[in-house]
Amino acid sequence: MADFETPELTEIPVVPHIKEGVMADSKPYVAKADFQEALGFPGELVDNWEKVAVDKLGELKGKYRSLQVFLDSCVKCGACTDKCHYYLGTSDPKNMPVARQDLLRKVYRRHYTFAGKYFPKLVGAVDMTKEVLDDWYSYYHQCSQCRRCSVYCPYGIDTAEISMAAREIMDEIGVGQKYCNEIIAKVFKIGNNLGLPEPALADTLEGLEEEVEEDTGIPIKFPLDVKGADIMLVTPSADFFAEPHVDGLIGYAKVFHEAGASWTISSYASEAANFGMFIGSYENMRRVSRRIRKAAKDLGVKRIIFGECGHAWRVAYSFLNTLAGPWDFLDPNYPVPQHICEYTHDLIQQGKLKFDKSENDHMTLTFHDSCNVARASRMGDKPGGQFRIPREIIKATCNNFYDMPSDTIGEATFCCGGGGGLLTDDLMEIRVKGAMPRMQAYKTVVEDHGVTNVAAICAICKTQFAKVLPYYGFTMDQIISLHQLVGDALILSDAPSEATATESSEE
Amino acid sequence: MSALSVTYVLMFYLATALLVFGLVRKIVQYAQTPAPLKIPTTPAPVTKSGVVLRMASEVVLFNSLFKASKWTWLFGWMFHLALLLAFFRHLRYVISPDSFLWPLVNLEIVQSFGKYAGFAMIIGLLGLFGRRIFVDRVRYISSPSDYLMLLLILGIAVTGMMMSFVAHTDIVHLKEFILGLIYFNWQPVPTDPLLLIHLSLIIVLMIIFPISKLLHAPGVFFSPTRNQVDNPREVRHVAPWAAKLDAESDS
Ligand code: SF4
Ligand code: SF4
Repeated sequence: MADFETPELTEIPVVPHIKEGVMADSKPYVAKADFQEALGFPGELVDNWEKVAVDKLGELKGKYRSLQVFLDSCVKCGACTDKCHYYLGTSDPKNMPVARQDLLRKVYRRHYTFAGKYFPKLVGAVDMTKEVLDDWYSYYHQCSQCRRCSVYCPYGIDTAEISMAAREIMDEIGVGQKYCNEIIAKVFKIGNNLGLPEPALADTLEGLEEEVEEDTGIPIKFPLDVKGADIMLVTPSADFFAEPHVDGLIGYAKVFHEAGASWTISSYASEAANFGMFIGSYENMRRVSRRIRKAAKDLGVKRIIFGECGHAWRVAYSFLNTLAGPWDFLDPNYPVPQHICEYTHDLIQQGKLKFDKSENDHMTLTFHDSCNVARASRMGDKPGGQFRIPREIIKATCNNFYDMPSDTIGEATFCCGGGGGLLTDDLMEIRVKGAMPRMQAYKTVVEDHGVTNVAAICAICKTQFAKVLPYYGFTMDQIISLHQLVGDALILSDAPSEATATESSEE
Repeated sequence: MSALSVTYVLMFYLATALLVFGLVRKIVQYAQTPAPLKIPTTPAPVTKSGVVLRMASEVVLFNSLFKASKWTWLFGWMFHLALLLAFFRHLRYVISPDSFLWPLVNLEIVQSFGKYAGFAMIIGLLGLFGRRIFVDRVRYISSPSDYLMLLLILGIAVTGMMMSFVAHTDIVHLKEFILGLIYFNWQPVPTDPLLLIHLSLIIVLMIIFPISKLLHAPGVFFSPTRNQVDNPREVRHVAPWAAKLDAESDS
């Protein structure tokens, strides 16, 4: 299938011995000048980039306490060394979180610490050189910023913070990553990652309305740019047509319909994703976020709800208030923003949604906790709601559900392998290899409980699973959207009584 | 006073000055550097008191490390606990008998626990050293300084233990020297070679503390992934440099 070997799934997970340099050649394409400049970065490698990089590092450590504290505090205890899915899947020691951090830390030490200035050999400090930059470009693009390492580090050192800083420094000297930077430029220009302009979006939504009406016999709406709607749905643009994402979108629409909600999508902010986070750029992340603020004001909505997307939910839940708040012009009775799962879950609690679970009986489900939802955000008002709420929704809509092994879910969840701006074909090898621990856990429940499908609440996870499942002997349609389960089992109260029209649409 | 005593007196003052100055400088730096975004590793406490509990479980029990690796936790925790006990035991050498703390410090339990903690400390350090040598992943990430740091502390522990169990040093004399340092009434340093090595290594430790990875001690309290309250939707969190961006934009 490709020019690399898919890792083997062993019976019990094993921590591999290190194999130096095996992933050194894994590098994404470099961004073209146009896209660099659209984001406010130089188009190509600047003169005296070594100095610019070191200066930028100095600036960033003054702006981010996380960076300053994390660079100083690591004791090289090794607790994180076997926690990264990319290390487990590749055996490349530079994919061990601490070693990944050290790529930057050694430059920090050289230029900003006494020991590194005067005794560089002793503490492993080095100058900023071409080799260092090459390593940065390879290995900071083999980190999905999943934060699994930060759970286990005794000081909470989060390698994602280091990766973000390194990527920002690389952008600043003119060496950006094509995939992320092109996408951000598209958002600025058109409003979403896919570059789907308003008329095309309107068409797509209309098509969906027809399709769903054919299926259910009910005119379920997918409203676009409706001024004065109560709710603005911000969802990853993949939801508009990618499989299995779109089944999730249909699910949300059915829930809104059943709840009698007035809602709309905005064509201006037709994207929940915010790749500004992946490249560690506060300014770009802020610029993307503020599109949502503008759209909410222009449409005059009262609430904002986010669709299923992991990193988008991190930016929404943890950062949106900071980046684009205050949200004092919205209805204060609801948190801003809300997750679609919180919305659906509330309705279930209130008894407003009725389900026919048998609609999902042809499947046995498991649930993949997406990293950014699990370790960088929350749902509901209690810690851990991000684990409880999606599972309660699944259990309300399906009869057959089994969790994967406990050390691979919840806060310990393994990344799908495609997060953090790695969801691009030029990084296929690392994506497949990084998916190994997740696939191993999935295989366990497939074998032990006859699980047939895995539900997720992240656009990146869904695309990544669809791509990598076949490498491990599964089929791409085993990944589904959580709201597909909701949509399929939901009993629509205005359905025609001869309900033959509600035949399921999948498979 | 002998040249040796003068050297030790001066070195102790220098080491103390560097330690205090270095640590204060770092702590001020950590405290003043803004954390522009809410990044607690979740699930995280939603209240301040919850954060205090979380931090306490990290600092006292090494909770995250326990989740990560039972061996590293065992050796690391053992070492740090022993360090604490040894610290209490050593208070005897710096607190004068007429201080109100004296009865506490002089308790049999403090003294004997402190004495035998030395064994736990050495076992812990050897365990950590062993991991560094024998686990290929940990070996890969270790620099010379990481081994030297362990050897340094091991040296302090071993010389200390030898003075407790093998060749008793002149405690009365030592105490006079230390109290002399504290009250600026300098006394000669005892010339027991074991003690001199012990003291020298401690001086080195004090000097490198604020310029080495020992900064993890203050660092952990400033770690945003551990010390932030999980309430970003309820409370708007904006760093000063980010607030400037807000002031520049229109809406
Ligand atoms: S954030 Fe995730 S991908 Fe990055 S080093 Fe840590 S565990 Fe690996
Ligand atoms: S767990 Fe933390 S302190 Fe230990 S090696 Fe990893 S990053 Fe460093």
